Amino acid sequence: MATRLQFENNCEVGVFSKLTNAYCLVAIGGSESFYSIYEYELADVIPVVKTSIAGTRIIGRACAGNKNGLLVPHTTTDQELQHLRNSLPDSVVVQRIDERLNALGNHIACNDHVALAHTDLDRKTEELIADVLGVEVFRTTIAGNILVGTYCALSNRGGMVHPHTSIEELDELSTLLQVPLVAGTVNRGSDLIAAGMTVNDWTAFCGSDTTATELSVIENVFKLRKAQPSAIVDEMRKSLIDSYV
Amino acid sequence: MDEDKGMFNVQQTIGTVLCCRCGIKMQPNAANMCVRCLRSEVDITEGLQKHVVISHCPECDCYLQPPKTWLKAQWESKELLTFCVKRLKNLNKVRLIHAEFVWTEPHSKRIKVRVTIQKEVLNGAVLEQAYVVEYVQQDHMCESCSRVAANPDQWVASVQLRQHVSHRRTFFYLEQLILKHDAAVKAIKIKQMDQGIDFFFGNRSHAVKFLEFLGSVVPTKSRDDKQLVSHDVKSSNYNYKYTFSVQISPVCREDLICLPQRLSSSLGNIGPLVVCTKVTNSIALLDPFTLRHCHLDSDQYWRHGFKSLLTSRQLVEYIVLDIEIPSPPMEAKIGGVRYLLADAQVARVSDFGRNDNIFFVRTHLGHLLNPGDHALGYDLYAANSNDSELEKYKNLVLPEVVLIKKSYEEARLRKRGKPRKYKLKHLEMEVDDRARVDEEKERSDYEQFQRDIEENPELRFNLSLYRNKEYQEESDAGSMADDAAAPLEELLADLVLLDESDEEEDEGMRE
Repeated sequence: MATRLQFENNCEVGVFSKLTNAYCLVAIGGSESFYSIYEYELADVIPVVKTSIAGTRIIGRACAGNKNGLLVPHTTTDQELQHLRNSLPDSVVVQRIDERLNALGNHIACNDHVALAHTDLDRKTEELIADVLGVEVFRTTIAGNILVGTYCALSNRGGMVHPHTSIEELDELSTLLQVPLVAGTVNRGSDLIAAGMTVNDWTAFCGSDTTATELSVIENVFKLRKAQPSAIVDEMRKSLIDSYV
Repeated sequence: MDEDKGMFNVQQTIGTVLCCRCGIKMQPNAANMCVRCLRSEVDITEGLQKHVVISHCPECDCYLQPPKTWLKAQWESKELLTFCVKRLKNLNKVRLIHAEFVWTEPHSKRIKVRVTIQKEVLNGAVLEQAYVVEYVQQDHMCESCSRVAANPDQWVASVQLRQHVSHRRTFFYLEQLILKHDAAVKAIKIKQMDQGIDFFFGNRSHAVKFLEFLGSVVPTKSRDDKQLVSHDVKSSNYNYKYTFSVQISPVCREDLICLPQRLSSSLGNIGPLVVCTKVTNSIALLDPFTLRHCHLDSDQYWRHGFKSLLTSRQLVEYIVLDIEIPSPPMEAKIGGVRYLLADAQVARVSDFGRNDNIFFVRTHLGHLLNPGDHALGYDLYAANSNDSELEKYKNLVLPEVVLIKKSYEEARLRKRGKPRKYKLKHLEMEVDDRARVDEEKERSDYEQFQRDIEENPELRFNLSLYRNKEYQEESDAGSMADDAAAPLEELLADLVLLDESDEEEDEGMRE
């Protein structure tokens, strides 16, 4: 089920939070309303951790992770790193990486099996991603944009990309990612998909400007209608491109 | 370009996304909303004027562009459209694509213009929208019309044209010249006075321009005066009425003149009796006995200010009995016209057959006259001239007759009463009641003028002749002396040169 919310009157919830199948990170806001919504949805299932990265609140864009691990930029302070290590489950490996492009959330889009990476990432970083997150890494662009982390929101069941993506590109990415993809928008026509929403296998959180149409598209592609928070099963899927009538 | 480098380009087909508001499928655009949703969300005409008031002068069909300019524009014309669009404020913030009129009833005093504009909205999407602006037309008389309405006879400058002679031929000729050159278009009123015409203008500069035109076609002497009408003490604005008094020289074509002694000697001792052959802005004089000619400038003339001895009213008809051309023929070509000195034997028509008065005279019309022709000339034998200049000459022997021109009276008798081949236009003139105008005299003067222009191609040169629809070709027209009448070719040639939209003329040309 998709939920609409705002962080301090701002609809870009993907900037201020990071949601995976094993944990959820939220930024420290002035009021507790943001945190309480996440807590309400997820508290029984996964830990919801309040944190900051490099002293900032834009944690969603600064770090990248999945159920296997979490990558944080080199600007993260030691205290933050320690706090994360303490709060997150032991199965999650928290790793600080030394990468010039330190807004990892903008450069890496990943789910539990596969990741898309910015074309200019270091070779070492790529290896680290493969190791820590346990994924297969593909360097690609989306609709001519190199910031794949911003323009693509990915879960194990589906993905949404920039609205200007051509059909051939959707085909190609879908084959790589082995999930159904759709080109869509969030937050009333904004094309910054991953900045406007955050998603995992059974739930999604979108900015409150998101229209009913966009919400229905999101729920359809990520298969949130009947989803239950259960153990994620590894499956091979056929690549599909959904088209909505 | 990429193909040249051997790169393989995948063909990209743009997919469809759902509009974020209404959910219909659409091509992705910068706003990711379908056009309708975008339009309903954003109104780019916000803040633009939809209702404007403009002032219109019903008298002269002008529209006010504040603060003071009045623009003449027709209903639903391009100029009106430009004016209406200019009156819209804030239009520089959006891009104007198209503007057109929406039909409204002309008496509704509303003008509707559909304006199409483009503006950038949201994140780079450019939206185009058309909207209708309504202009309410308020009637308001412009200053010039209100001035005219308040006092229709109000003029600022007047040109009083006078010629102190007993006929009006010069004015008929001037009338045609003025019509041809459109010199009096700006005149508010034209009034016919005794021995002259008055022209009234709304502006001093118009009067000055007209004055200069006159100076270029006739020899004139002018003086100007002004009269204070009102003045504004605070701004030192003075309103005057300007009057230009113009006098045309009384010397006309075909006049016989006796030159004053001093002028005659300064011109090279040209015989004191001269005939005036042509009057433009200078006077051309011809000595009929020696075929010597000279020109007198306007200034030169007015320095001496002599009058004619005999005018064309005093022309008498003669019959030529014999023409003798002396053996070394003395001929001259003056001003494009050939003259040939000859000795002639003439008798007055009134004397012919009754008595034996025959005169032997020397004439300059040897090229034209044949025995049996009629000619017009001045009868100095019987004339009693009262000229001070003439008396100053001690040893002058006056000739008895001075022949001036050939007469086409017989040929004219045949044509009398029949309409002419051509027509002339007229200036609209008011006739002053106080002026003593003799109808009969004026008609005969006009007839004489028409004959003049028929006979003289050089005189016709400056005028515009229009083909007369009522004229019908006569079977015996060919037998008439052709050089007497304005030939048809010349009429048509005149018509071609003109670009005046005269209805009859157009029809004539189509014929």
